[in-house]
Amino acid sequence: MSNSPEHDSEPEDQQTAVDSSRTKNNRVVKKLLLIVFGMFGFGFALVPLYDVFCDITGLNGKTNGVSVAYAADGIDTSRTITVQFITRTAKGIPWQFEPVVNEVKVHPGEVKFVKFYAKNESSRDIVGQAVPSVSPGIAAGYFQKIECFCFTQQPLKANEDVEMGLQFYIDLELPPEVTTLTLSYTLYDITDSVDSSS
Amino acid sequence: MTTDVLNDQDSHESEHHDDHKMTGIKRWLYTTNHKDIGTLYLWFSFIMFLIGGALAMVIRAELFQPGLQIVEPDFFNQLTTMHGLIMVFGAIMPAFVGFANWMIPMMIGAPDMALPRMNNWSFWILPFAFAILLSSFFLEGGAPNFGWTFYAPLSTTYSNGSTAFFVFAIHIMGASSIMGAINIVVTIMNMRAPGMTYMKMPLFVWTFFITAYLLIAVMPILAGVVTMLLTDTYFGTSFFDAAGGGDPVLFQHIFWFFGHPEVYIMILPAFGIVSTIIPAFSRKPLFGYSSMVYATSSIALLSFIVWAHHMFTTGMPLFGELFFMYCTMLIAVPTGVKVFNWVATMWRGSLTFETPMMFSIAFVILFTIGGFSGLMLALTPVDFQYHDTYFVVAHFHYVLVTGSLFSIFAGAYYWLPKWTGHMYNETLGKWHFWCSLISVNLLFFPMHFLGLAGMPRRIPDYALQFADFNKWVSIGGFAFGLSQLIFLVVVIKCIRGGEKAPAKPWDGAEGLEWTVASPAPYHTFSTPPKID
Repeated sequence: MSNSPEHDSEPEDQQTAVDSSRTKNNRVVKKLLLIVFGMFGFGFALVPLYDVFCDITGLNGKTNGVSVAYAADGIDTSRTITVQFITRTAKGIPWQFEPVVNEVKVHPGEVKFVKFYAKNESSRDIVGQAVPSVSPGIAAGYFQKIECFCFTQQPLKANEDVEMGLQFYIDLELPPEVTTLTLSYTLYDITDSVDSSS
Repeated sequence: MTTDVLNDQDSHESEHHDDHKMTGIKRWLYTTNHKDIGTLYLWFSFIMFLIGGALAMVIRAELFQPGLQIVEPDFFNQLTTMHGLIMVFGAIMPAFVGFANWMIPMMIGAPDMALPRMNNWSFWILPFAFAILLSSFFLEGGAPNFGWTFYAPLSTTYSNGSTAFFVFAIHIMGASSIMGAINIVVTIMNMRAPGMTYMKMPLFVWTFFITAYLLIAVMPILAGVVTMLLTDTYFGTSFFDAAGGGDPVLFQHIFWFFGHPEVYIMILPAFGIVSTIIPAFSRKPLFGYSSMVYATSSIALLSFIVWAHHMFTTGMPLFGELFFMYCTMLIAVPTGVKVFNWVATMWRGSLTFETPMMFSIAFVILFTIGGFSGLMLALTPVDFQYHDTYFVVAHFHYVLVTGSLFSIFAGAYYWLPKWTGHMYNETLGKWHFWCSLISVNLLFFPMHFLGLAGMPRRIPDYALQFADFNKWVSIGGFAFGLSQLIFLVVVIKCIRGGEKAPAKPWDGAEGLEWTVASPAPYHTFSTPPKID
């Protein structure tokens, strides 16, 4: 008889135990879900982070996307840098695309103008877009383009050809170990995306 | 009196549950019992292992001699891709989740997993994921052919049309893994028996705890990167497309930020299993328990800052190469601690060599070989030579097959008596072990030489000077594949009958799972045990 109050409270106690373990579980689950969504977001945040990181370090060889004004403090004739030009066409663009000269020698601070030749060898109108990349990546931030055909889209009618200009200079602060730069252009067919946006 | 009441309640409860135990297929579809779900995971992973293995057999048949004999190059690429995806996401990972489900509640004295309904769901979406993935074999264009690493632009611009199937399959697998991992963390944090502090948990539980955190941290990254892939391929975004201002190298960074912790997701549970088995058959407690816990944690933390060692050849600044090289080599330190502890556990123990112990010893030796080739690959200057050769294939098969897979075999033999209530056939177990051991080395060891000599991976044809080694490798491959059928026979025989297993069939074994009967009753630890 003396045990009966204890007896009665037994199921209730268990009920509260179940409830408290449920809230305890929910609290942990909520925290873990926060990590899950946070990390999903972090995956996407890596995209702009990578761009910033590359801007600072030149890791991915990207050069300036818009024209810069000449801002060097004279010409450093004690150094001569070899700048090589290479081109390739992406899959599916029937263009001939090549540099007119394959390499030039240039002093840091000196402005150079070179030409690239492109010809649409197909019988349809195509809009091309050249994307530059500099190797070694560490030098990318010192390669300054004053004027470049890669800043704009390049529409070519069937069988049309064109000579496109690139004007650039190299920063005086180019790291001393760099003696050769390779500028690579890849040409993409962007006709479809131009059509759909206009 | 109180105890009596509790016991009374218990028996009522278990009767109550037993009444509602469904029969036939419904039992498995609706089950929320951790043991049922563990069994489902283990069988699922074994079926996937056989499917992935069958693909590998075709790969090895094609590579038996130079030239193209059996499959077209494009189909060969589909085979290597699907073999990798199925083995990683379908065989190794679900097998470990199966172990977690079966053993963690019993090891920490909990009645079940913390979130049983979610547990059911996280298993049952898996078959759908793999049905989607495998169905792409029968569609126009075929299965994914861009490698299990699905580098852009191979999987975007140059995809054969399978990208959407691949992405959705990965999304579902990822959701399943995240749910499974959340369940494991919540169970371990909230459901340990009274008195079981964190540093009293079996090491097995510790390794799964850390692995679950890794899964929660990186599976969302995988979900993110495949989503970017999907929108790049079908919705005109340019995350990885240089023409639109993106960068394909960015893909590799995000992928390997997931991919390297993923490697440890597949090996840390193996450490836990081996750390359970070696003390049992050495009849000594595990040497350096707390150093094992700290070593496992530091491996997990280091795994987040080494991803770019997969990318040395992408043209990284010297500083980056050095940073990732040194960080990678640093991982050898905690791993070395573990290997040392395993050996020290065996040192002067009274060892017996039952099948689980044999697989565990083989694990320690062969995993260490895989670790050493990993160190070689970590050296940036030489990685330029080894990159994308068979040396890499040899390395990750040593850590994943003779590492993870061998630990899964060891664990299965160790706990089969607890799962089925019968002893497995020791003679057949030994046959399985020796056949696997000899053939697996014949299969993977010559790959080191092939890689050093310059044979690239993922190719259906090769230069004549590689012919002899490839023939041996293929013979080893077929033998290893056939050896696994012995395991299937052992398991089926063990389920059907055999010598009755006592509650604790291994006299040196430690842990709460051995305090319950064999086979483990449907409900265990409805009343939590007391740990001193």
